[in-house]
Amino acid sequence: MSEDLQTFRPRARAWLAENMPRAADATAGSTDGRDDEAWVRARELQRILFDGGFAGLCYPKEYGGQGLTPAHQRVFNEEAAGYEMPLLLNVPTFSICAPAILDFGTEEQKQRYLPGVIRGDIVLVQFLSEPRGGSDLAGAVTRATRDGDVFMLNGSKIWSSNAYAADYGLCLARTDWDAPKHRGLTMFVVKVHQPGVEVRRIKQVNGNMEFCQEFFDDVPIPASEVLGEVNGGWAVASRLLFHERTAVGGGSPYVSGPPGVERSGEAAPDLTSTARAGGRLGDPVVRELIGEDRVLERVADQLAVRVTEGIRGGELPDSTASLLRLFMATANVRRTQIGLEVAGPRAVAWPTDEFRDGGSFGVHFLFRQGSSLGGGSTEMARNLISERLLGMPREFAADRDVPFSQVRQSKTS
Amino acid sequence: MQLGLNADQQLFRRTVRQFLEREAPLTTVRELTDDPAGFDRGWWRKGAELGWTSMLVPEKVGGGNLSGEGLRDLAIVAEEMGRLVSPGPLVPTNVVASALAEASTVDNHTEVLAALLSGDAVAAWVAPPPGAAPTVTARATDGGWVLDGTAEPIEAGAQADYLLVTASTAEGLTQFLVAVGAPGVARTPLDSLDLVRRFARISFDGVTTSTVVGVPDGAADALERQLQTALVLQAAETAGAIERVLEFTVAWAFDRYSFGRPLASYQALKHRFADMKTWVEACHATATAATVAAQERSADAAELVSVAKAYIGDRATEVVQDCVQMHGGIGVTWEHDLHLYLRRVATNRVTYGTPNDHRRRVADLVTADGSGA
Repeated sequence: MSEDLQTFRPRARAWLAENMPRAADATAGSTDGRDDEAWVRARELQRILFDGGFAGLCYPKEYGGQGLTPAHQRVFNEEAAGYEMPLLLNVPTFSICAPAILDFGTEEQKQRYLPGVIRGDIVLVQFLSEPRGGSDLAGAVTRATRDGDVFMLNGSKIWSSNAYAADYGLCLARTDWDAPKHRGLTMFVVKVHQPGVEVRRIKQVNGNMEFCQEFFDDVPIPASEVLGEVNGGWAVASRLLFHERTAVGGGSPYVSGPPGVERSGEAAPDLTSTARAGGRLGDPVVRELIGEDRVLERVADQLAVRVTEGIRGGELPDSTASLLRLFMATANVRRTQIGLEVAGPRAVAWPTDEFRDGGSFGVHFLFRQGSSLGGGSTEMARNLISERLLGMPREFAADRDVPFSQVRQSKTS
Repeated sequence: MQLGLNADQQLFRRTVRQFLEREAPLTTVRELTDDPAGFDRGWWRKGAELGWTSMLVPEKVGGGNLSGEGLRDLAIVAEEMGRLVSPGPLVPTNVVASALAEASTVDNHTEVLAALLSGDAVAAWVAPPPGAAPTVTARATDGGWVLDGTAEPIEAGAQADYLLVTASTAEGLTQFLVAVGAPGVARTPLDSLDLVRRFARISFDGVTTSTVVGVPDGAADALERQLQTALVLQAAETAGAIERVLEFTVAWAFDRYSFGRPLASYQALKHRFADMKTWVEACHATATAATVAAQERSADAAELVSVAKAYIGDRATEVVQDCVQMHGGIGVTWEHDLHLYLRRVATNRVTYGTPNDHRRRVADLVTADGSGA
């Protein structure tokens, strides 16, 4: 039996007050991918949580976690509002990569990585998408060629958030070119900083640099770093995608920090203070927009609770997680629009010292589609919902059951 | 539907569903179209026997529920009634029954309460939408009060036996229990969009009463509580309605062939179904959250019922209209059942405050308490 919530909450509250530093504002610690110090700080904060017995609340005790329930994590996160938290580690390390190691890792792999993750010593990243195309993930052409106990990795991965700051990547590579595409893939745990791996950072439209591209040139990977089965990598990738959809939709039980912040990576500026600064807070139309923004924020959280509890209790199938991903993206599109409308001219021209109050709504708007692309496009989510959840016929695929070596590829990649 | 229900609640859901399918199928709903009351009193008494009127009332005054969480239990009934666009004054009768049961003056209302619980009487809730002042006034006289004014549209106003009237007085907001036969009460049925949900204009012309519910100027909190109850039941009913509409529209997409393929095989349509599925689940999520918050009387209950209303109000009508589009021409005929649902969700969208009213209420709540400032 885990500790009941009535005693957990005051214990968490007291511990936080005693041990965690107060955050300068609600977005402190979120990433813009430009600040290496933030990563050092996130690892320190994680270590404080670990030393206090509040790290990895939903991870099993044998791997350094606390073996508690998602409800405990939610309570902790509510209590953690206003404190500095290691938000950078939430996605993908805690909410996507480590859960997949928990799902598929050998006992030895779990012991090798999970306690380090929970202590803040190990940061993980996903190496999934390739320059040849994002949605057709199973068409990966990064190759891992076996030579005895070692696989040699060659190719390139892209859109891997914060890879430059990570220690290990979960890398999907092709190990059998004669099998149909889903059956010739293997998942590897790859050390990021080693000879043969080059990490380049990509500047995004909002100026952030969290995205990366990696180039692998004859990188040796020990066979003991295969996660799951050789040529069984798609099962692992599917599980990563499940965790990713859950995380992107705000439903992960493995994140620490105030609700709302962990999903966006970069929290939007405050709507109410923006309206006030622009002298528009009394405008009934603006108030309706503020209300609508709040409604979308609350419903997103409520849907996350419904879906995660429903999946956990066996009342909803795993594929329901795609709903979260789609809802979050469409809500974000609308909320970004509302931000632009409420900020008005201040979204496009602002005093330097008020960037957070008005102007950044404009910058936020530039990156609006990011939430409809990252974590799998919303088009793919709609395919999944209609096909897996509603059982509608699958889209035609020219590469189904065809040896991958015979599948037609883009003329340029 | 609500998730995480216990075994008793799941059994109760099946019982309610079977009862409604047997006793009030859509053919019955259509037959009631020309019935002035829009529901059958004998049928309503049977529902009352199943507990439809007693869930929000404590046992010591004759009520009772399944789980100790009466509002969650009653939301099950509302959801199931939404699935079959059922007749019956579920919201006003329960709102009034719980108001009487919770009032400090409950001992003065036991007779009326008993009649409401047994289904022998039904009640209407005469209250302004959120943010608006009452259109009925009351002034104190020797030994009683005199009510004047007109309120509309009042659900089941012409069918009700009793009215719980919110009036502004010199003392502040005050609620009164008025029998519809009292001299000066005039009720005019209105034409209504829903086939079986009736509304009326009720005017009070020097109506005298001595039956205050609670205390003079004590009604603001009670009114908020009543609004929360009404919005929770409305949200659950609407979520049930669109769940059912999406079910039969998905089935239609599998059965209907064009160009030698089922509609369900077209990606352009699959993607719209994916959106609708997401909206329906989100409606359930916010309806449940509002139910739990109101049940537990959480600090954010006022906000969460308005969040649910604002979201579901908008989304539900869009889902049903999109399902009309998926059906093609048959969807805009009287013959097809879609319009029964469209009438209900459109009615629910605009009663007890519109989505915009509730977005402003949410803004008032979040900008007042500092959380948004």
